[in-house]
Amino acid sequence: MNNHLFNYTLQQADNCLILGQRLGEWCGHGPILEQDIAMTNIALDLIGQSRMLYQYAAEVQGDGKTEDDLAYLRDAWDFKNVLLVEQPNGDFAKTILRQFLFDSFNCYFYEALKDSNDEKLAAIAAKSHKETLYHLKWSADWVLRLGDGTEESHERIQSALNELWPYSAEIIIASDADHDAKTNGYGVNLEEIQSRRDSKIEEVLEEATLTAPEDTFSHSGGKSGTHTEHLGYILADLQFLQRAYPGNEW
Amino acid sequence: MHEMVLNKNQICQLLEDVTDPEIPVISIRDLGILRDIRIDHNHVEVVITPTYSGCPAMLEIERSINNTLKKNNIENFRITTILSPAWTTDWMTEEGKQKLKEYGIAPPSPTNEDDIQCPNCNSRNTSLVSQFGSTACKSLFKCNDCLEPFDYFKCH
Ligand SMILES: [Zn+2]
Repeated sequence: MNNHLFNYTLQQADNCLILGQRLGEWCGHGPILEQDIAMTNIALDLIGQSRMLYQYAAEVQGDGKTEDDLAYLRDAWDFKNVLLVEQPNGDFAKTILRQFLFDSFNCYFYEALKDSNDEKLAAIAAKSHKETLYHLKWSADWVLRLGDGTEESHERIQSALNELWPYSAEIIIASDADHDAKTNGYGVNLEEIQSRRDSKIEEVLEEATLTAPEDTFSHSGGKSGTHTEHLGYILADLQFLQRAYPGNEW
Repeated sequence: MHEMVLNKNQICQLLEDVTDPEIPVISIRDLGILRDIRIDHNHVEVVITPTYSGCPAMLEIERSINNTLKKNNIENFRITTILSPAWTTDWMTEEGKQKLKEYGIAPPSPTNEDDIQCPNCNSRNTSLVSQFGSTACKSLFKCNDCLEPFDYFKCH
């Protein structure tokens, strides 16, 4: 098995699954019905994307394991998602800001991955890119509305920005798998993604009258399996059924 | 027992009964989900593609294809899901768009997404309520003339 290709596929699958699970926590708790529905729709897209990626990762792994094994039976240290996506929902402003930081990567990532020389990754990217265009539009709109809204909404989303900013860079710091993917043409060039992403973030924050912190300190570790304590709680929820009743099906 | 010789049109006709569980008036062919039917020595392969990657209807659609074929004594078949080329609303048939409208859902309008026609009263004086509607493939609009809310099947 190609270990780098496997890890590369898992990194993105785990990002999508964990953020999808986080967004799903809003189901029935959204500030208004339409936005409750928007968040669960986006969650569904992300979980759908993670399924396609897990199916492919299982195929690359080639030892008979399935997408379900990868989602439900790995431990926290096996997960390769970035720390940003496992951060708690907080208030609506924090969820929006987390989403925007992720979407502004995800959308350009899939767009570039469409040119992958790995047919399967290219197909998954083409399908997912269309979906992330809507996600980015939605989260960027909300950053604007909250940032340039009332005094309270501005304050809340600015404080979300201060809190989440140190988690924003990890996703564009290359792991071994990222390096291999770029060198061998099945993955993207993260430097190119970074420049597109950074200008999108800058443009939206400026229009939203928000200020990014000057400190460039960045948390990292997610891609190599070192997570914040939050991931364990997410997995406890997500994996409970398969852990308690192995092999159980609907 | 006589040997049944299968042809593509016949299968296609049978699969007209397979509809989107969320929009029962529209068949999977109308929606552009049914991509191909391949017949080789009486083995049938039905090729489908998902609308959205997380669409929960796909499982139901597969089950429904399965049941429809079996009901018609076709046992030797396989359902293949392909991702590429990615599904687009451009594949929706004109017939399908008309059925959507009659059902109360505004069909995708590739030329002008800012000017969506109300499926109830045909007014173009409508506004977007939410980018995301009752399912991933739809957004929510309201008509400023007849005041009805409605779903719009968005371009994808
Ligand atoms: Zn109307």
